[in-house]
Amino acid sequence: MNFVTPDFMPAMPEIFLLSMVCVIMIIDLFLKDESRGATYVLSLIALITTAFLSFSNYSEQSITTFNGSFILDPMASILKISICIIVVGVFIYAKDYLKDRNIYKGEYFTLGLFGVLGMMVMVSAGNFLTVYLGLELLSLSMYAMIAMQRDSIVASEAAMKYFILGAIASGMLLYGMSMVYGVTGSLDLATINKAVAGADRVVMSFGLVFIILGVAFKLGAVPFHMWMPDVYHGSPTSVTLYIASAPKIAAFAMMYRLLVDGLAGMHADWQMILIILSVLSMVFGNIIAIAQTNIKRMLAYSTISHVGFIIMGVVTGTQAGYGAAMFYAIVYAIMSVGAFGMIVLLSRAGYEAENIDDFKGLNQKSPWFAFVMMAIMFSMAGVPPFLGFWAKIAVLQEAVNSGLVWFAVVGVVTSVIGAFYYLRVIKVVYFDKPVDETPLQASMDIRLTLSFNGLAILAIGLYPTALIALCMSTFA
Amino acid sequence: MFSNLPLLSLVIWTPIVGGMLVLAAGSKNSIEAKVLALLVSLATLALSIPLYTQFDTSLASMQFEELIPWISSFHINYHIGVDGISMPLILLTTFMTVIVIIAGWEVITYKVAQYMAAFLILEGLMIGTFAAMDAMLFYVFWEALLIPMFVIIGIWGGPNRVYATIKFFLYTFLGSVFMLISLLYMYMHAADVNGAGTFNIQDLQKLPLALTPQILIFLSFLLAFAVKVPMWPVHTWLPDAHVEAPTGGSVILAAIMLKLGGYGFLRFSLPITPDASMTLDWLVIILSLIAIVYIGFVALVQADMKKLIAYSSISHMGFVTLGFFLFWKISDNTGSISGVVLGLEGGMVQMISHGFISGAMFLSVGVLYDRMHSRMIKDYGGVVNTMPAFATFAVFFAMANAGLPGTSGFVGEFMVIMAAFKANFWYAFLAAITLILGAAYTLWMIKRVVFGPIANENVENLEDMSRREFFMMFILAVAVLIIGIYPAPLLEVMHATIDNLVTQISVSKLP
Repeated sequence: MNFVTPDFMPAMPEIFLLSMVCVIMIIDLFLKDESRGATYVLSLIALITTAFLSFSNYSEQSITTFNGSFILDPMASILKISICIIVVGVFIYAKDYLKDRNIYKGEYFTLGLFGVLGMMVMVSAGNFLTVYLGLELLSLSMYAMIAMQRDSIVASEAAMKYFILGAIASGMLLYGMSMVYGVTGSLDLATINKAVAGADRVVMSFGLVFIILGVAFKLGAVPFHMWMPDVYHGSPTSVTLYIASAPKIAAFAMMYRLLVDGLAGMHADWQMILIILSVLSMVFGNIIAIAQTNIKRMLAYSTISHVGFIIMGVVTGTQAGYGAAMFYAIVYAIMSVGAFGMIVLLSRAGYEAENIDDFKGLNQKSPWFAFVMMAIMFSMAGVPPFLGFWAKIAVLQEAVNSGLVWFAVVGVVTSVIGAFYYLRVIKVVYFDKPVDETPLQASMDIRLTLSFNGLAILAIGLYPTALIALCMSTFA
Repeated sequence: MFSNLPLLSLVIWTPIVGGMLVLAAGSKNSIEAKVLALLVSLATLALSIPLYTQFDTSLASMQFEELIPWISSFHINYHIGVDGISMPLILLTTFMTVIVIIAGWEVITYKVAQYMAAFLILEGLMIGTFAAMDAMLFYVFWEALLIPMFVIIGIWGGPNRVYATIKFFLYTFLGSVFMLISLLYMYMHAADVNGAGTFNIQDLQKLPLALTPQILIFLSFLLAFAVKVPMWPVHTWLPDAHVEAPTGGSVILAAIMLKLGGYGFLRFSLPITPDASMTLDWLVIILSLIAIVYIGFVALVQADMKKLIAYSSISHMGFVTLGFFLFWKISDNTGSISGVVLGLEGGMVQMISHGFISGAMFLSVGVLYDRMHSRMIKDYGGVVNTMPAFATFAVFFAMANAGLPGTSGFVGEFMVIMAAFKANFWYAFLAAITLILGAAYTLWMIKRVVFGPIANENVENLEDMSRREFFMMFILAVAVLIIGIYPAPLLEVMHATIDNLVTQISVSKLP
């Protein structure tokens, strides 16, 4: 067998990012604490360049390389660009927060970039091993990022909890993959897809269940959601920002690669499982969120309910349904990074704006950011004209089109329940008097990025045409 | 000269953009915000007048139509237009917003710019709802207008405002999400039937639907619109919202937002699901009669003036829904559809008239509340002695609310009762009882508040209306009188459209 040099071009963004992370890591070694800004700037440049490379790499056709283990298709390019842009926002929001807490270290950025690399690999995975490789690269980076605030007991607890549960979930995923491998004799998703029809149903079903379990854990779907509130709450907000946004896009991609690229032939089997996961997520996520007083925990439960919607799009098993789910995942990441950005905005040295009550009277301090918070909350609740409304419409439309009208009804009824806790945040922001009169201390770059984030939620909400068409055309 | 201007779009977007300017301009200096807001609202009123003067009353089709593709993936268009049903409601909106801006002039001292901006944005969204010819565009406006109202009640409302505003939001939100599912369902159904999905309301009105889906769609529409109207038994948010809202909020809520529900019945329920409406018209009629009679009695025992007027609104809106849904009872009874026009037009007139009267009633309470900071009837008595000009207007609007001939309140109620006679004597009997009941609760309140000896020191120290307050009351009184004495122009505008609607409804849509 001759060694054939694989085509490296489709993986250019990943290769560039990997090289950049290594360079940044080395440069960071020689930097003093006061010049840590260089790492920050370099990381942003790396991300933006990677996004640009992904953009220039865009191809209408699906290209595979490395013997089919790496896929470059429109979905991969769009999701990679989204991930990079979201993480740019994360880094900008996180910078001051890290400084104020003495954890402004280069590791945050290098680990974050490694995580991005992991996500990009997941998004482009064409093989069980590539999926797993990307997943572990992402997960290990996140475990370490959470634990970076090592004096904090809650952060250590969160990291430990996430690590143990995450390891078990990864183990389950591997176990499932091994079963599918045992039956089909291949790790390659395209080959598996062809082999499904003639494979042993029983073993395949077992494998499928374990794979879904792994995916559901990463997404945070009920009943595999237990880690999310604790991890969101325990992590420093700078890390929660990261965990809560871009990885959900990657988790959607993983779900798509495994279930659709690999196991599309078992659609009837996984549809039922996913429907149950989705309904449970929407119901429990929205109801339990009502009881939260800590806004990070509340947003964790809100994430769970959003995951229910993302799964609803995939459940339909239609091209348009995948497009809708992808649109939802991107929209969710934009809203989520904005919501946690607001928490960072209100926090300052020695003060964590972690409780919903810490948002009291924001309208008095800053009407503009009160508006941004309102836009984010109404968007999450799915009230037009904000972006989140269109994400819900896209998914609901596909659910109705597939004849799952009752499923759509569950979705909207739980959204009404969910609207209550979002309204409560708006109530605190607008209707209550401020408790402490300290003005906002956030720096200009956070303010600008957050304003941009809020405006994007409104502006794309007013004209979502391009983004929806882009996501829909991906799978057409 | 103006024929090329997208007039309707201007009417929608001028207040919205203006509201944003007010927010930007007036954060420090409130007088600038107020003047700018007044100018914007006057400009919108001026822009909306050509909608009336250039309206061709002989046409039943949409006029001032604009169509721009919006979200092509789902065939959603920015498609707006007006007909004889929506045009009067749009004029009512632009007119009442000016009044509300004036009403808040001196009263509001906290976050003035935000207050004015919220009302302007609300105005644009309400006009958009009336003008939307694309169901999804309609839904976007319909839901979006909850946001400014939520903020208005929550920031400038009374002591229990948070409870009231969240209740208001969740009630209406829950009502409308089912409508959303119905719209999505019909989109899919249109794709099955015509090959392409559509949200165009006129296409949906032509879409054939089997009876079972029609009934489900009808019920989901009923939920959405009944909450907004509001009909018994989903009316409980209204008294809370009215009581806690600032005067301007109550005025807009009663004068325009309730009309959105009635408008929805005419635009969606009746033409899109005519067969289901025929099957279930008894349900709406019973609910309307309960609202008219039972809520009338409830109004009688209220101790709070705003609550009393809120219940009176529910009762009066019962006439509207009654008028709309007498359709089949009349056509069955008389054997022709010529008589049904009376009920539909009566409902429409009642909506417009109630817009002016309820707005004026809430403004009257606002005038008293600004002086005494109490809405309780027992805190007043003998106001006529200290505020004679106010008392004149209060009595006038109370008479109009009770349906005195010569005022607009009489026209609509009379038409609906006439229609009810054609349908069934007992409907008419029950509906007519409310004329007595309406007179009872309104005039009894007036007796206790306005007449009699001066009740206490506070009343003795009251000052009569300022010029600003006099002006608002005066133009509202003029409007009520004009429609009461000469309703022909209003009826003429809606004739062609209502006739067309009647033919449309009487054709079965069963495949």
